[in-house]
Amino acid sequence: MTRQMSGAKMIVQALIDQGVDTVFGYPGGAVLPIYDEVFQQNAIRHILVRHEQGAVHAAEGYARATGKPGVVLVTSGPGATNAVTGLTDALMDSIPIIVLTGQVPTFMIGSDAFQEADTVGITRPCTKHNWLVKETDALSGVLHEAFHVATHGRPGPVLVDIPKDVQFATGTYTPPKPSVSHYQPKVKGDMEEITELVAAIEKAKKPVFYTGGGVINSGPAASQLLRELVKSTGFPITSTLMGLGCYPASGENWLGMLGMHGLYQANMAMHDCDLLINIGARFDDRITGRIDAFSPKSTKAHIDIDPSSINKVIKTDIPIVGDVGHVLEDILKVWKSRGRQTNSEALTKWWAQIEEWKKVDCLKFTQKGKIIKPQHALVRLEELTKKYDRYICTEVGQHQMWAAQYLGFEDPNRWMTSGGLGTMGYGFPASIGVQMAHPDALVINVAGEASWLMNMQEMGTAVQYRLPVKQFILNNERLGMVRQWQELLHGERYSQSWSEALPDFVKLADAFGAKGILCSDPDDLDDAIMEMITHDGPVIFDCLVEKHENCFPMIPSGKAHNEMLLGEASTQGVIDSKGSVLV
Amino acid sequence: MSPLKIKKGATSHSAYNLRPTFSDVVERHTLAVLVENEPGVLARVIGLFSGRGYNIDSLTVAEVDHTGHLSRITIVTSGTPQVIEQIKAQLGRIVSVHDVHDLTVEGASVERELAMFKVSGTGEKRVEALRLADIFRASVVDSTLESFIFEITGAPDKIDAFAELMRPLGLTDVARTGVAALSRGE
Ligand SMILES: Cc1cc2nc3c(=O)[nH]c(=O)nc-3n(C[C@H](O)[C@H](O)[C@H](O)COP(=O)(O)OP(=O)(O)OC[C@H]3O[C@@H](n4cnc5c(N)ncnc54)[C@H](O)[C@@H]3O)c2cc1C
Ligand SMILES: Cc1ncc(C[n+]2csc(CCOP(=O)(O)OP(=O)(O)O)c2C)c(N)n1
Repeated sequence: MTRQMSGAKMIVQALIDQGVDTVFGYPGGAVLPIYDEVFQQNAIRHILVRHEQGAVHAAEGYARATGKPGVVLVTSGPGATNAVTGLTDALMDSIPIIVLTGQVPTFMIGSDAFQEADTVGITRPCTKHNWLVKETDALSGVLHEAFHVATHGRPGPVLVDIPKDVQFATGTYTPPKPSVSHYQPKVKGDMEEITELVAAIEKAKKPVFYTGGGVINSGPAASQLLRELVKSTGFPITSTLMGLGCYPASGENWLGMLGMHGLYQANMAMHDCDLLINIGARFDDRITGRIDAFSPKSTKAHIDIDPSSINKVIKTDIPIVGDVGHVLEDILKVWKSRGRQTNSEALTKWWAQIEEWKKVDCLKFTQKGKIIKPQHALVRLEELTKKYDRYICTEVGQHQMWAAQYLGFEDPNRWMTSGGLGTMGYGFPASIGVQMAHPDALVINVAGEASWLMNMQEMGTAVQYRLPVKQFILNNERLGMVRQWQELLHGERYSQSWSEALPDFVKLADAFGAKGILCSDPDDLDDAIMEMITHDGPVIFDCLVEKHENCFPMIPSGKAHNEMLLGEASTQGVIDSKGSVLV
Repeated sequence: MSPLKIKKGATSHSAYNLRPTFSDVVERHTLAVLVENEPGVLARVIGLFSGRGYNIDSLTVAEVDHTGHLSRITIVTSGTPQVIEQIKAQLGRIVSVHDVHDLTVEGASVERELAMFKVSGTGEKRVEALRLADIFRASVVDSTLESFIFEITGAPDKIDAFAELMRPLGLTDVARTGVAALSRGE
């Protein structure tokens, strides 16, 4: 049923009709009519962040933890430009979010009006799609289309820019209807290619599943199908940083994460395999290392909903365009109907080889003395929190990699991290978004002190909404990841990679009305972590750790998978001049 | 063969591949892109080319279906087979793009371009310009005592050839529309 109402009211109505329960935002002149409508209703909860970047990351966290799109509302000009980092982050990591921005009235656009910015121009390259709505009658249609585009095909951020006069004017509201959009990406894979892949599965001697964020994007059913396929074929499985949780870390066939800081057995399996089955991953350069030496002996299959991901970096032998869930279902169907065959003799040998690689025990470290090793802090965190209904966020840096290595993820949507853009300052606001979605869960942000400071203003948000997010800061007083690269690449000249003049985090927590915990002694660690978990409210946990610890394993830039560095020994000069221009 | 399978010998080329393992053969392709006729759509297409470092040799755009709000963008681009595949896939994922056709591989097609040339000169050169224009079926659309403006339509090669001939005869200005192209048959 269509109805007449103001543009501002339409926005709230469209959000309600799209099933939105939470909006992260920050008001300003160009969105006042919308905020007036927000004030007059109870269906949607508005979370007032402290910086628009925080709103976008919170919406990303909410989206990743629920599978639903996250929604952001910000004002024109600076409100919109502050959202740009979050939009780019969501684009790189395929996170569905809808950002609504206010704009100066249509008759003032182009006049350098107060707080005018060319928002659709600025955000065109960092959104999946964006719209400037110039007529109130068009508004509801665009808003529904925005939800459709953000959540269909390869998910991503969209932005709708709404001038203030459009918000005030009255127009016709149309409720969502089964999509009339021409944007209908293909979800079913081609049966011919699926059959080709099944035939390859039946013959493979050294197969490996290389899974990624696309499995998570596809939804929990895709993870279930993946588990079934892994279990019934008996093939080993690895995952990217973005795909952690799609297969359980406790699962028998799990090799651990692959890539630059991935596990030895995972990278060696990628290098030596004869059948590489990419399921919803995009051959990122953190994975491939040196392209011409990447998995040289394998037939490569690639399942991806976005045709542009296929053959972008690595030449694919069996390309399958479609949604992971749909394609896995068909693979299982065809494989079963052909008699569930695998080359079990060869697989036994392959597993024997993998067991040899596992013996390298690439994550081993020794905690001795009075200084906490960051790895040890995470091992203890894992031990003490794994039985909880737990969600983990991270910032960006060494701590992020250690979290990926030492924490175990049993289910999808439990791991929120900035992979593609690597945005320091992502984790804290993301944890707020996750906690909003799951009020009773244990939400932990594993952070580095430098990253955490980038959006620390969100302490105000956490305290205001009583969100018991746990900020687990591995404080090495260094921009650790930068320092590690300077050690390996720049002759230990630690240019600007110190975290000087750090705040006293306990006092900082206190100043915000939250709880602060300082821990520097390995013997106190367990009790301190328990204190953090059991405290009913937000906590800043300042964990002082070894300052010059390096993150291993590491495939140096420009090297192949089988040229991994496993530890401190002889790391000097490992990256040649060609490798050092890479990031 | 699936359109995604690229020709053998094509290189896997990324910003991170410092030593391409195959020689890159650059090909020229004409793409027809059917887009929603909405504000910003051209900026999306051009932004894709500049943002990802692809070449645009020529680009034309105009509305072709008024009721359906569709415009046709004809792009002539060049790159290795893999880059061309990427360009098509990247164009295809722009939400306002309805369809992408590679006229260079999808059977025979016809390409036309319109150009205007201003040629200034007197005496022998002026006569010669007029004579050559006649051979190329270029028509005179404006004339002063010291100059002509010729209009010529044809495949881009023909227009290039005409330009070469006019240069020594006093060519002072050129305006070209860029390529419009259609595939042959139904
Ligand atoms: C400091 C740092 C270090 C890093 N080191 C590593 C590392 O060692 N190892 C590592 O793995 N990563 C690492 N990363 C992350 C890395 O940069 C990439 O973000 C990550 O590898 C990409 O993951 P992905 O391939 O799963 O792709 P994503 O970015 O998750 O992309 C998903 C892919 O799946 C497709 N897709 C989406 N939805 C669907 C669907 N429904 N069906 C089918 N396909 C779909 C998309 O089109 C896309 O191609 C690091 C990041 C940082 C910041
Ligand atoms: C916004 C932003 N700026 C700069 C960088 C580059 N960078 C990557 S990791 C890192 C250091 C992070 O330090 P910290 O948060 O303390 O984590 P650590 O590596 O010490 O665990 C920097 C500066 C980035 N990823 N994001």
